[in-house]
Amino acid sequence: MTDASTEQVRSEPVSGRAAAGKATAAHGGGDLQMRSLTKRFGTFTAVDDLDLVIPQGSFFALLGPSGCGKTTTLRMVAGLEEPTAGTISIGAEDITATRPYKRPVNTVFQSYALFPHLDIFENVAFGLRRRGSKNIKQQVNEALELVELAQMGRRKPGQLSGGQQQRVALARAIVNRPSVLLLDEPLGALDLKLRRQMQIELKRIQTEVGLTFVHVTHDQEEAMTMADTIAVMNQGRIEQMGGPTDLYENPTTTFVANFLGQSNLVRAKVTSRGSDVLEVEAEGQAFTLPARRSFSDSDEIWFGVRPEKLSIGQGDAAEGLRGVITDTSFIGVSTQYLVRLPWGQEITAVRQNDGAPILRPGEQVTLTWDPRHAFALDASQDAHAGEDFGEGELLGSKG
Amino acid sequence: MVALLWTLALLDAAVLAYFLIRSLVNGRGPVRWLRENVILIIAVLSFEYLLLPNIVVVLFSFNQPNGRFNYTWTRFSLHAWQHPCDAAGMCSSLGLSLKIGLVATLAATVLGTLIAFALGRHRFRGRASTNLLIFMPMATPEVVMGSSLLTLFLSLKIPLGTTAILIAHVMFCLSFVVVTVKARIASMDPRLEQAAADLYATETQAFLRVTLPLVAPGIAAGALLAFSLSFDDYIITNFNATTGSITFPMYIWGAAQRGTPVQINVIGTLMFVIAVLAVLVGQTLGRRRRV
Ligand SMILES: Nc1ncnc2c1ncn2[C@@H]1O[C@H](COP(=O)(O)OP(=O)(O)OP(=O)(O)O)[C@@H](O)[C@H]1O
Ligand SMILES: [Mg+2]
Repeated sequence: MTDASTEQVRSEPVSGRAAAGKATAAHGGGDLQMRSLTKRFGTFTAVDDLDLVIPQGSFFALLGPSGCGKTTTLRMVAGLEEPTAGTISIGAEDITATRPYKRPVNTVFQSYALFPHLDIFENVAFGLRRRGSKNIKQQVNEALELVELAQMGRRKPGQLSGGQQQRVALARAIVNRPSVLLLDEPLGALDLKLRRQMQIELKRIQTEVGLTFVHVTHDQEEAMTMADTIAVMNQGRIEQMGGPTDLYENPTTTFVANFLGQSNLVRAKVTSRGSDVLEVEAEGQAFTLPARRSFSDSDEIWFGVRPEKLSIGQGDAAEGLRGVITDTSFIGVSTQYLVRLPWGQEITAVRQNDGAPILRPGEQVTLTWDPRHAFALDASQDAHAGEDFGEGELLGSKG
Repeated sequence: MVALLWTLALLDAAVLAYFLIRSLVNGRGPVRWLRENVILIIAVLSFEYLLLPNIVVVLFSFNQPNGRFNYTWTRFSLHAWQHPCDAAGMCSSLGLSLKIGLVATLAATVLGTLIAFALGRHRFRGRASTNLLIFMPMATPEVVMGSSLLTLFLSLKIPLGTTAILIAHVMFCLSFVVVTVKARIASMDPRLEQAAADLYATETQAFLRVTLPLVAPGIAAGALLAFSLSFDDYIITNFNATTGSITFPMYIWGAAQRGTPVQINVIGTLMFVIAVLAVLVGQTLGRRRRV
């Protein structure tokens, strides 16, 4: 991890804390803090020296490829997995050794884990009954209404569809109003419409009640639209953390650049370092970028521009990169082009369908961009890191 | 007895003939009907074969034999049903068998369930060998086990009789309970208990409210198995019994030398009915809590 990203891990929570101020007053909890949290299974390190502060009342998304340690992290917070090293605390209270049933934490399990012998109502009432709550009937019915399953109270979990079971799991956790709610891909089994609806509901519950949500998801768009802070996780470590815009616009590693949306990375060399502007050279052409968007100390860099930041001009131009269109994919709201550069590399450009004619493969084009949108990453990293996992969904549906 | 078989065969033939004629009348052809229903016919015949002994038991409980042996059908009578304890010593032996069966079942079920949880849920040194040893009593021939137990009791100076029989029964029922309950535990998702813990249930609450209800069908099956094994056992019991501890199977065996009272069939019929009822109740409960 570079210095820059470590810096963000430290600085981000401070800005989040102010926003969560009113919730802190209403609840006894506090920030969820993990210090040097590590989990090893034998010789395999699933979670590697994690340092994380999740401000109270914030909506925190954990995003990362399958097997990167998201579930393991949540299980340690819930107390279902014992950390190999490190501590977990909520507010001032260290809960590392606290039994799971004493933690003010509830989990929506990735596998639902509904009690098969209890009906839906009793599943949702389980946590309330253990704590001897009052008005159980009313609270459960409200929770079931929230997930649109009010009529299903007397059914058994086995009689529900996967998506309905997932919503029961959600209701069963939310009804307890814990200080920290852990959601392990809670919307994975839902169709798009219901998913969007539940996203809005979740966000509403979170802001209304002021709970801290730790939300694990594969869906970049879900993370971007819902979360205050996103942490991109890779191989047991936090690759980068920040607000959705910050993370998307200023990726500090090639993994993040490729995992969140898409990036065009061209090999380049720094020729001069000004205080504001960096001059670089790639394949004999000179480019510039803002010095604060360079995340490399070395002079060997990946010069990056996001596909939607490129504008496509026809014919020859004095500036920009010349190339030939090799592929055109019409997406609806936008069109995605593959452009082959003179040295053989293919890069992606996306153009809004604002009425301009769609270009055909074989056409000569010139790609230009605002130098302020360019960024630089350390060239010692793999340019394709994180590419196989990224779904490109963000660009696809948002244009 | 032969008459019974003839009756049954005639009944089968009549039913078959009825369906064949009906298929002829419908114009669909008897061969086709046979081909479509061959599995059903075989199933019905197999069931008759399976249930024939039970039918005989029930039928002969209404017999009034001339001699001391209830082996030939003489005339219908309700005498045995009205005076079930008339056969000398039978009811006390039945009482003893029921008592031993219940106590042995209780002990074997509790111990066996605990062992099953230890084996199914915890990793400890010697777990694999314990798993293997649990199978030993099931694999040992009963005669061998009976005589070994006799030797053991004699050398330890444990008096033979009811206590010795109980110890023996608990021992051989245990393995069956362990195997049955362990299978049920293995099929249960451990994340359910974690979900319970996550929802504020202490270990005890999670066990009572989640684990136990889910494992209960296995425990019930193990207990039923244990009871029928204990109630039924003759060989091991006989080795370790005294004249003061005659169990029901021993009584019947002894009686068979001198004459078989009709009351034995009454008890047999009752056992059969109770077993069928137990299965029916179990299935209804199972359907109600179907997952
Ligand atoms: N009990 C365990 N024993 C050994 N390895 C484990 C165990 N639990 C998890 N792992 C390993 O730890 C790594 C992280 O697992 P984890 O379940 O946290 O992944 P994840 O990020 O939640 O993935 P997904 O998105 O697929 O759910 C995986 O490589 C997994 O194989
Ligand atoms: Mg997971």
